[in-house]
Amino acid sequence: MRNLWLVIKREYVTRVRRRAFILATLLTPLGFALFVVIVNAIFSYENDEKQRIAVIDEGDLFNGALADEAGLYFKLTDRPLEELRAENEESGDYSGILVVPPVEDPLKKQFKASYFSPAKLTLDLETAISRKLEKALRKYKITALEIDERQLKALDTEVEIRSSTMAAGAEEQDTSFAGEIGAVIGTAMGFIMYITVFVYGMMVMRSVMEEKTNRIVEVVISSVKPFTLMLGKIIGVGAVGLTQVIAWAILIPGLLFIVALVFGFDPAAAQEVPNAPDVDPDEIQAMTERIISSLATLNWWVIVPAFFIYFLGGYFMYAALFAAVGSAMGDDLGEGQALTIPITIPVILAFYIMIAALRAPNSSLAVWSSMIPLFSPIVMPARLPFDPPWWQVVVSLVIVIVFAIFLVWMSGRIYRIGILNYGKKGTFKDLGKWLFSND
Amino acid sequence: MYASDSNNSPILRLDRLVKNYGDKVAVNNVSFTMPPDAILGLLGPNGAGKTSIIRMITTITHPDAGTVFFEGEPLSSYHPTQIGYLPEERGLYKKMYVGEQLLYLAQLKGLSKRKATDRAREWLTIFELEDQWDKKVEELSKGMQQQVQFIATVIHEPRLLILDEPFSGLDPVNATRMREEILKLRDKGTGIIFSTHRMEQVEELCEYIVLINQGENVLEGRLSDIRRQFRTNEFLVTVEGEPPSALLEKYAATLLAKNRGEINSWTAKVAMGTGQDSNDMLRDLLATNAKIQTFQEILPSLNDIFIQQVGPENIDDVAVLNPTNYA
Repeated sequence: MRNLWLVIKREYVTRVRRRAFILATLLTPLGFALFVVIVNAIFSYENDEKQRIAVIDEGDLFNGALADEAGLYFKLTDRPLEELRAENEESGDYSGILVVPPVEDPLKKQFKASYFSPAKLTLDLETAISRKLEKALRKYKITALEIDERQLKALDTEVEIRSSTMAAGAEEQDTSFAGEIGAVIGTAMGFIMYITVFVYGMMVMRSVMEEKTNRIVEVVISSVKPFTLMLGKIIGVGAVGLTQVIAWAILIPGLLFIVALVFGFDPAAAQEVPNAPDVDPDEIQAMTERIISSLATLNWWVIVPAFFIYFLGGYFMYAALFAAVGSAMGDDLGEGQALTIPITIPVILAFYIMIAALRAPNSSLAVWSSMIPLFSPIVMPARLPFDPPWWQVVVSLVIVIVFAIFLVWMSGRIYRIGILNYGKKGTFKDLGKWLFSND
Repeated sequence: MYASDSNNSPILRLDRLVKNYGDKVAVNNVSFTMPPDAILGLLGPNGAGKTSIIRMITTITHPDAGTVFFEGEPLSSYHPTQIGYLPEERGLYKKMYVGEQLLYLAQLKGLSKRKATDRAREWLTIFELEDQWDKKVEELSKGMQQQVQFIATVIHEPRLLILDEPFSGLDPVNATRMREEILKLRDKGTGIIFSTHRMEQVEELCEYIVLINQGENVLEGRLSDIRRQFRTNEFLVTVEGEPPSALLEKYAATLLAKNRGEINSWTAKVAMGTGQDSNDMLRDLLATNAKIQTFQEILPSLNDIFIQQVGPENIDDVAVLNPTNYA
């Protein structure tokens, strides 16, 4: 036990203090924040150009009042167009002249306005102007057609399906967003697994190879059992990964918050489509409440511990396999790459199965894949928000735990022979032989 | 420092060890016992099974049959802390600091951190490496790295030390210093197994040898006994005056040289035939009133014995076959 701890400590300390690790841990969130700042800067760039627009409102559509917008100043005028054009050519007071003709027929769907300017009409300006006109026209038409505003609103019915279990007496639950939320959580969990397996699994493999090519391994295993050394490596590198993930989980939101404070904008806005139509604040609040209530109906007491077990199980399984493969490699990293392919294929397959399982969480593909241990750590977390039958969760978890232990044991058997096998890389046939040979 | 007489059992005894790798028999029924006061030379051509034997002693692998006794007890998981092993294929963690690395390896052998620190500093001072504590291993020269490896092997004061080609790659100054330290450890009572195929190093250090060939123990004993055992009854004779042809003929001597100078002399190699004794020849020589300068038995070198036992076809190391070119 003491030796296991020493190995874990060495693996952890020598990795965490490396400059490359510190840089990656700190610079990734910084890069992320910088990206958000730049994206925001690009999208807010339009605001710095001030435009004055003269509006000839022939049909009195705006009722004598036209509000300015950021960077856009409107001036209603009664002067004739030709006079304005001639005058503006000299003075350049206005960047454009908008001519709004009177509405001939309120029932007509099309409406044409004219815009005169020295430069071409930009996409931004066009959207801004037509949005203004659409709003004014709507108001004008409601009055002209004598429609009740509330009636109009009532026409857009929002449909919501509340899904509940069939069991008699079960309480009705608001799970309207469960599907979407499940998909988001599932994708996130699947993605975390995928990254973990690749980045840190590979790190375990490199660590094994390093000891082998450095020729330190024979010295170490004259003090430590090969299995202890391998296990210590897997746990130590896992702790490194955990450190990095936790650092990112704290730094990224923290930096985004600082960015928001310093630059005075909402970082989340960067991801929104610019110039999105205005959304009713009441609607946003209602939506938020529904999302929160849906989140509350999820069975977090199952999801969190189960995800934790899948995460550990998945990491141990794949890290052990990478350790076994690393031990079989020769001094040449390049020629050993072929050995990693059989490990990466199940990860990629599992990722695609997970995406399919999100659409049909109870299909037989999803059910069977969540029983196959190399897939289930990625597939099953995505199914968890959809309340799969409890026995499936239990069986899948038990299989994952048992199989992870089995794989660690099996890899240990390959590893103990592989690390002493210098020179040429082992073949899969060799790996099989090592598995059953005595030490 | 060591309680050498706490246990009357030899430090190490191998009893009919067998190790197979698949169909290949790597070690076949090998037995030997460490002498109490001598460095044991474990010899054999490449692939003879030396490393397989060493790995079983260091508990890296386990015998398919037979037992290794450490101070009378069958090997257990406790014993690795009592063994120091410097493998032929050896290295260090390149990115670790020298001090940190020694502490790690010493702690794996069961030392406390404090004790490991004290010992590491002592040993680095012996090898004049005390300034290298905070250096990364990759910044050290190859010779320095090997000295650090040696320190890591002995830092926990093992009862048994196994050194596999410890001098390879060392310059003569450092090799001498390491040899001195090895002899000091021997004098303190540490059992030492020295594995090499450089026979001149064996003759310098080892009083006892075990020769392994094709997985079997083919020759074992005190080096002086073995050389006597392999004597060919050949003598080198140098005598003043002119060579007496009758006498040379009688003993079937090969005249090697006639030395001309102020005093003439001749040198011959004599292989005593059956029923002949070196004393007879001496008496015959004295009877001629010749002045004998040397009369010396030609004992076979360890190299000759090695080649004879193993067969030149099984040796792929030219240094063994032509030692003079590599001395």
